Amino acid sequence: MLGQIAYALPFLAQGFAVTLWVSLLVVVLSLVAGVMMGVGLVYGPAPLRWAVRIFSDTIRGIPILVLIFFVYYGLPAVGLHLESFWAAVLALTLFKTAQVIEYLRGAVGSIPKGQSEAAMAIGLTFRQRLAYVIFPQAFRRFLPPWINGVTDAVKGSALVSLLGITDLMHAINQVIGRTYEAMPLYILGAVIYFAVNYALSLASRRLERRFSFIRE
Amino acid sequence: MPIATPANPALLDVSEVSKSFGSVAVLRSVSLQVTRGEVVTVIGPSGSGKTTLLRCVNFLESYDSGSIRIDGREVGFRDTGTRQRRSERDLAKMRAETGMVFQSFNLFPHLTAAGNIMLGLRKVRGKSSTEARAIAEHWLGRVGLAHKADSLPAELSGGQQQRVGIARAVAMEPKILLLDEITSALDPELVGEVLEVVRSLAEDGMTMVMVTHEMAFARDASSRIIFMADGGVSAAGPPAEILGAEIDNERLRSFLARFRASHF
Repeated sequence: MLGQIAYALPFLAQGFAVTLWVSLLVVVLSLVAGVMMGVGLVYGPAPLRWAVRIFSDTIRGIPILVLIFFVYYGLPAVGLHLESFWAAVLALTLFKTAQVIEYLRGAVGSIPKGQSEAAMAIGLTFRQRLAYVIFPQAFRRFLPPWINGVTDAVKGSALVSLLGITDLMHAINQVIGRTYEAMPLYILGAVIYFAVNYALSLASRRLERRFSFIRE
Repeated sequence: MPIATPANPALLDVSEVSKSFGSVAVLRSVSLQVTRGEVVTVIGPSGSGKTTLLRCVNFLESYDSGSIRIDGREVGFRDTGTRQRRSERDLAKMRAETGMVFQSFNLFPHLTAAGNIMLGLRKVRGKSSTEARAIAEHWLGRVGLAHKADSLPAELSGGQQQRVGIARAVAMEPKILLLDEITSALDPELVGEVLEVVRSLAEDGMTMVMVTHEMAFARDASSRIIFMADGGVSAAGPPAEILGAEIDNERLRSFLARFRASHF
């Protein structure tokens, strides 16, 4: 079995790099888009709030696999042709963005209104209020679900293999196709996914402890 | 009673301000002038619009008509005529001209006592970290909390938190300080230490508008008392007159009678 693993590792390493690259792109892009849209949902004018609400509810109501196929096979019908890699990243990012919007809404919504008012009263602008008063406090509530979401993104990235992208999952399947030894490789794959996500959970717990200064 | 004159114009000039929440009129053509150095206390039954009036002065609430001017400048709108709201940036600048202390303290829980005071000094007044720290320490000393500069709000008692709240507001050197029932959330034994700070600010000549239920304090510390009822100013005058026995105002009399009955 060790021999099979040694044989497989170089193939898997490349796939693993793709998995990490997809995950990183999705996590960063969805964080930026989700925080901006979440702020729009909480503080924006009514039309913006509705738009974000509809976006979030729609995306969250669609299975992620359907979303991936829709972006890759469906969008060309309206003239938008994306490479399989970018189609997968876009679909996963849309999905994750909708989640980030909800994490942000929940975290910011948990901060008492008096905090914004006190910040207004000393003359802070909207951006300053967010940066120095609201976000630092909301961060602690945002973090646990968001890190959870990051591990989901790493796991969910395995779906890109369905568009023929050679990520970790696809690489595992390719090796199995050559060796016909499924079990050791699936176990190896599971161990790699687990190692990444467990490391993320540990990091999350450490961060939470560091930001536990706010008592409830 | 100090009256605004051309030589001593009103620092705060509230003129015929009205405001409704839906169909409920909370302010009905309220007018009020406060000159520099005055301490004006607003009393009245709950729901009479006292707090709303205070919140309109620094535009935490907008108002439907009338005007509020501080040092001659309209607070929330670019001009009284068109009632075009000021930009976010402009509003922030106007709000920095007033200080506000809240009933529920509203300290920033992620910042130390000194950090709470320094935030506005640094981001709004543009002070360096060293300058801001020195000012924060000065004001913490004034409110008797020099030794708590590096404590988080959660480590302070209610009275101490509120004193930090006052220090945070006055450190910005506002033209006028708004105090919104600042002792209402405190245990009775902590009220005194907070009022003592307010008294010393009054002695320094800080202009204040204060909503309070502390009648004894209102009588001793204020230059004028405004009695509000049903969203309007029902009576106004020096404490001796307003809290005196011969006032000819049925509403005020029954308010004071009920107040005395519940406090003694």
